[in-house]
Amino acid sequence: MTTTRLAGTTVEVDAEGFLTDPAQWNEQIAAEIASANGIEPLTDRHWQVIRFMRETYLQTGSAPSIRSLGKTSGVPIKELYALFPKGPAKLAAKIGGIPKPRGCI
Amino acid sequence: MPDRPARRIVILGGGTGGTLVANRLRRTYGDETSITVIDRDDAHVYQPGLLFMPFGLAEPSEIVRSRRAQLHSGIDFRLAEVDRVELDERIVRLADDTEVGYDVLVIATGASLQPEETEGLDGAEWGRSIHTFYSLAGASALRPALESFASGRLVVNIVEMPIKCPVAPLEFCFLADWQLRRRGVRDDVEITFVTPLDAAFTKPVASERLGGLIGDKGIRMETEFSTGRVDGPGRRLLSWDEREVPFDLLVTIPAHGGAAYVGRSAGLGDDLGFVPADPHTLQSKAQANVFVIGDASNVPTSKAGSVTHFEGETIVENVGLFLEGEAPVASYDGHANCFIETGFHKALLIDFDYEVEPQPGRYPEPHLGPLSLLGESRLNHLAKLAFQPLYWHVLLQGHDVPGISSHFHPHGRGAAEQLLGGQP
Repeated sequence: MTTTRLAGTTVEVDAEGFLTDPAQWNEQIAAEIASANGIEPLTDRHWQVIRFMRETYLQTGSAPSIRSLGKTSGVPIKELYALFPKGPAKLAAKIGGIPKPRGCI
Repeated sequence: MPDRPARRIVILGGGTGGTLVANRLRRTYGDETSITVIDRDDAHVYQPGLLFMPFGLAEPSEIVRSRRAQLHSGIDFRLAEVDRVELDERIVRLADDTEVGYDVLVIATGASLQPEETEGLDGAEWGRSIHTFYSLAGASALRPALESFASGRLVVNIVEMPIKCPVAPLEFCFLADWQLRRRGVRDDVEITFVTPLDAAFTKPVASERLGGLIGDKGIRMETEFSTGRVDGPGRRLLSWDEREVPFDLLVTIPAHGGAAYVGRSAGLGDDLGFVPADPHTLQSKAQANVFVIGDASNVPTSKAGSVTHFEGETIVENVGLFLEGEAPVASYDGHANCFIETGFHKALLIDFDYEVEPQPGRYPEPHLGPLSLLGESRLNHLAKLAFQPLYWHVLLQGHDVPGISSHFHPHGRGAAEQLLGGQP
């Protein structure tokens, strides 16, 4: 585990850059992670997904899978891939300041 | 003995988890409880055998037995389709509208294959150029298709995680490589493993080892491929981000979900039909008197028979504690182990839990083995074959497998040695 500076604050991240403590997250941090991953600016649609991911994680302790996101986030899977290229669940989790989805075990 | 009426335990599903829990409960609590197992058919499939069927290395007659016959006397077995569970009423409602009341419910209905979740997957090419070995019918149909396949592109595809036995698709690639070599046509077949993961497996060290094996065997790998749809007539897999992989023979592992009745039972499952449970007590999040074993749950470990087996001990203890009005124990640690067939009469073995990823070492005795972890050996392969009789005669009967603990012991593995060597 290492620390890094994001949006002017020091946060703890894992080896892949996922925040290890969701409480250290804020919207400026989200924007900085997004930009570092080639997503700029974050639109309302991005935020809809990011907030949904965070809420689900904070309520259930695990991040939703991509199929689950497609069914319940209000954003269809095709669009999720347009918003968050390559791995929407993974990328939205990273931007949303929650651990890497463990749907894949 | 008890002056109160027998407590009613209803177990949904007569597969690995349902059977071993029923038999353990019966032995532990005897006539203090009445135990009913409900399943919609009487065919108990030894699922690890499905991998071998397409290669002619297992026959349906060898891997299917009666569910009822695996249950000890005194356990009631009912053949019925479940319509839904009514949690507040403590009732299981069957498809014919009869009600079965319970004091404790154990969900053991596993995961189901959902090819219909992927556009184009279960169309006209299903059973022709598109197959799966994740069901008895699928594995049977794949055998002749594979035997007559002599040139072209063989694609093995995981549509989406989670799936049962996440190593089985890799094992399929290894066994296909072996069979094609024996038939002398390996050079005419391109094998591609297409996975939504970013590596061969979900855990880093094992991924590296398995990725190495994949490369050594000349198997191509397409990672982070999230299957969006299948163009059957055009014989192409298409990802959501518009990559494509052409195939002549597709062996797919369809998306999984929970049993259909879970979705019809208000408050029981998540949106994929898996039942949320505490990862250590295996008590459902829905109600204190509902427990979940095996593939049916959402706990973050592999959907595998070994997991189900190791969970059994915790479930049986916690059902008893619940009936006594006591709090459950958090004794399950995510322990899983899996043999991985690599072809040429060899296999490797991985052993891990919620916290510790698979590492090289020896198993079950640290340093001694005799089985090697993350290393290919003939003995591992023989152990995998030897496991089937143990499954029917020891594991399902609700006994522990000699020498194999339900709990994970990291001693003797690389990581533990590093830790003992002074690393924090």
